[in-house]
Amino acid sequence: MTSLAAPLAARPNGLWQALATNRMAWIGIGLLLLIIMIAVFAPLLAPYDPLQQNIAYRLEPPSAEFWLGTDSYGRDVLSRLIYGARVSLLVGFVAVMIAMTIGSALGVLAGYVGGVLDRFIMGLVDVLLSFPTLLLGLMVAAMLGASLENLIIAIAITEIAPFVRVARAPTIVLKQRDFVEAGRSLGYGPMRLMGIHILPNMISEVVVLGALWMATAIRTEASLSFIGLGAPPPTPTWGSMIREGFENILDAWWLTLCPSIAILLTVLALSLLGDALRDAIDPKTRSERS
Amino acid sequence: MMQFAIKRLLLAIPTLIAMLTAVFVLVRLVPGDPAAVMLGDQASAESLSAMRTQLGLDQPVYVQYLQFLGDMLSGNFGVSMSSGRTVAQEVALVLPWTLQLTLASIVIGLILGLPLGVWAALRRNAWPDYLGRVLSLVGLSFPAFVSAILMLLVFAIHLRWFPVIGSAVDGGWLAQLHALALPAFNLGLIMTAYVMRVTRSSMLGVMGEDYMRTAKAKGVPAMRLVLRHGLRNALIPIVTVVGLYFGTLIGNSVLTEIVFNRPGLGKLILGALNTRDYSLLQGLMVVFACCVIVVNILTDLVYGLVDPRVKFK
Repeated sequence: MTSLAAPLAARPNGLWQALATNRMAWIGIGLLLLIIMIAVFAPLLAPYDPLQQNIAYRLEPPSAEFWLGTDSYGRDVLSRLIYGARVSLLVGFVAVMIAMTIGSALGVLAGYVGGVLDRFIMGLVDVLLSFPTLLLGLMVAAMLGASLENLIIAIAITEIAPFVRVARAPTIVLKQRDFVEAGRSLGYGPMRLMGIHILPNMISEVVVLGALWMATAIRTEASLSFIGLGAPPPTPTWGSMIREGFENILDAWWLTLCPSIAILLTVLALSLLGDALRDAIDPKTRSERS
Repeated sequence: MMQFAIKRLLLAIPTLIAMLTAVFVLVRLVPGDPAAVMLGDQASAESLSAMRTQLGLDQPVYVQYLQFLGDMLSGNFGVSMSSGRTVAQEVALVLPWTLQLTLASIVIGLILGLPLGVWAALRRNAWPDYLGRVLSLVGLSFPAFVSAILMLLVFAIHLRWFPVIGSAVDGGWLAQLHALALPAFNLGLIMTAYVMRVTRSSMLGVMGEDYMRTAKAKGVPAMRLVLRHGLRNALIPIVTVVGLYFGTLIGNSVLTEIVFNRPGLGKLILGALNTRDYSLLQGLMVVFACCVIVVNILTDLVYGLVDPRVKFK
């Protein structure tokens, strides 16, 4: 808990220093930037229209014409893979942003107000944690119906709980600190105290957790799409590409292998970055590294 | 200990009821008429109203809610719309398959993960440690179905070492074991990555303790020092974390079963989704959440057994 008392200004520097000397973090950042660039410039990079079907070129193996082959509708796998990066990153990012906003707001509220409200919010967290993540996502997505928006909502719900926890604990400590007390005696309202005086003091922890959980969000998105609860066809997503390619796994290996590697690299990049950020922010593991 | 156990059990009751409420609300989020969704577009008006009566949808919401709570708490998890069997029967039919898979993976995870984690901690910042850290990160990055598919492509389809379908319903125990190997290793290696990571950091924490230095100074042999003084104390956080992993394990086993086309809870859920069997889905959700709650209680109790200090809290 003493780490919370560290002056705010001293921390970002330490964070950047710890990140800069961490080789794993650079690999993660580099890989992630590459994937983001691919997603942003998808229309320029993709050799074909990802939705263009061509029965004459069904299940073509990788060749000079189709670098990663074609699927059972004759669509170019490389182009679908490139456009698929957009869906994965979008779903992962938006879902985590929603979970982060709702979760940390609830966490600060629970820690600041305390009492019955605290018990109620933490009870909600316990309930969320009692469902296996994938099954909760599956259930919500199934109940709401398969669409990109519902998928994002489903994934966001599975990730609220950790943010509540990470925001609540420091709030309980911070609300007793002198600067919050001073604000209170100046007549600042609770919203202002929570939003301007307490929340900024834990924002780095929340953001680090966000990077870590974005990896999970992308994994959940891929899993739900694989099960058939993702963005409806013909939207190219990595999970649904694997799902479709799975039917031809015995004779068209490229249909499952290529999107699998794409998912793996994206999650790995985010995990590397998230791990490095966590090490940088937690003095205990940082000193262990040196 | 008994008092601790009873207290822990009582604490789970509000969570249980809140969980059931959440499932109740969730199922009622289905847009439109659930009866129509279940029966499809072709359903006649009579069968629709019969279905509504069967589902209790003609009752006021609070009656439905109390009915639902009563049913679930008395162990009546509902009836599958498509097969007519109760949810409990459905689960019992496929549970041995899933248990076989998950237990095998836990064994693999512990047998490989514990020694590797201890080794990495002892060789901290040397190559075994770095290699282990990279491998466990890669292992944790795999969504379970992606690693399953890669294993299927390499070991079953390319090398033909294992059958493509990860179950041998009619075969002898040897054939069964052969078929189980790939799915079990898929889940087991993910678990290994997890256990190894936790063991490493827990061992690193323990090895800095004063009693370790004292034991070393007393001349306790290295093996005994690491196992009896080190690992035994390091086990406490490992137990908790393995308990917390249970929910992830369920999700991963569902995905693994789907890829390897094994009978089990995964295929049951997929079937319920595809036939829009919401009552089965709802029952399964409750069963799974109950499992997680029970495992959480067990984890806390084991924690109390491993660490005598916990009991007196």
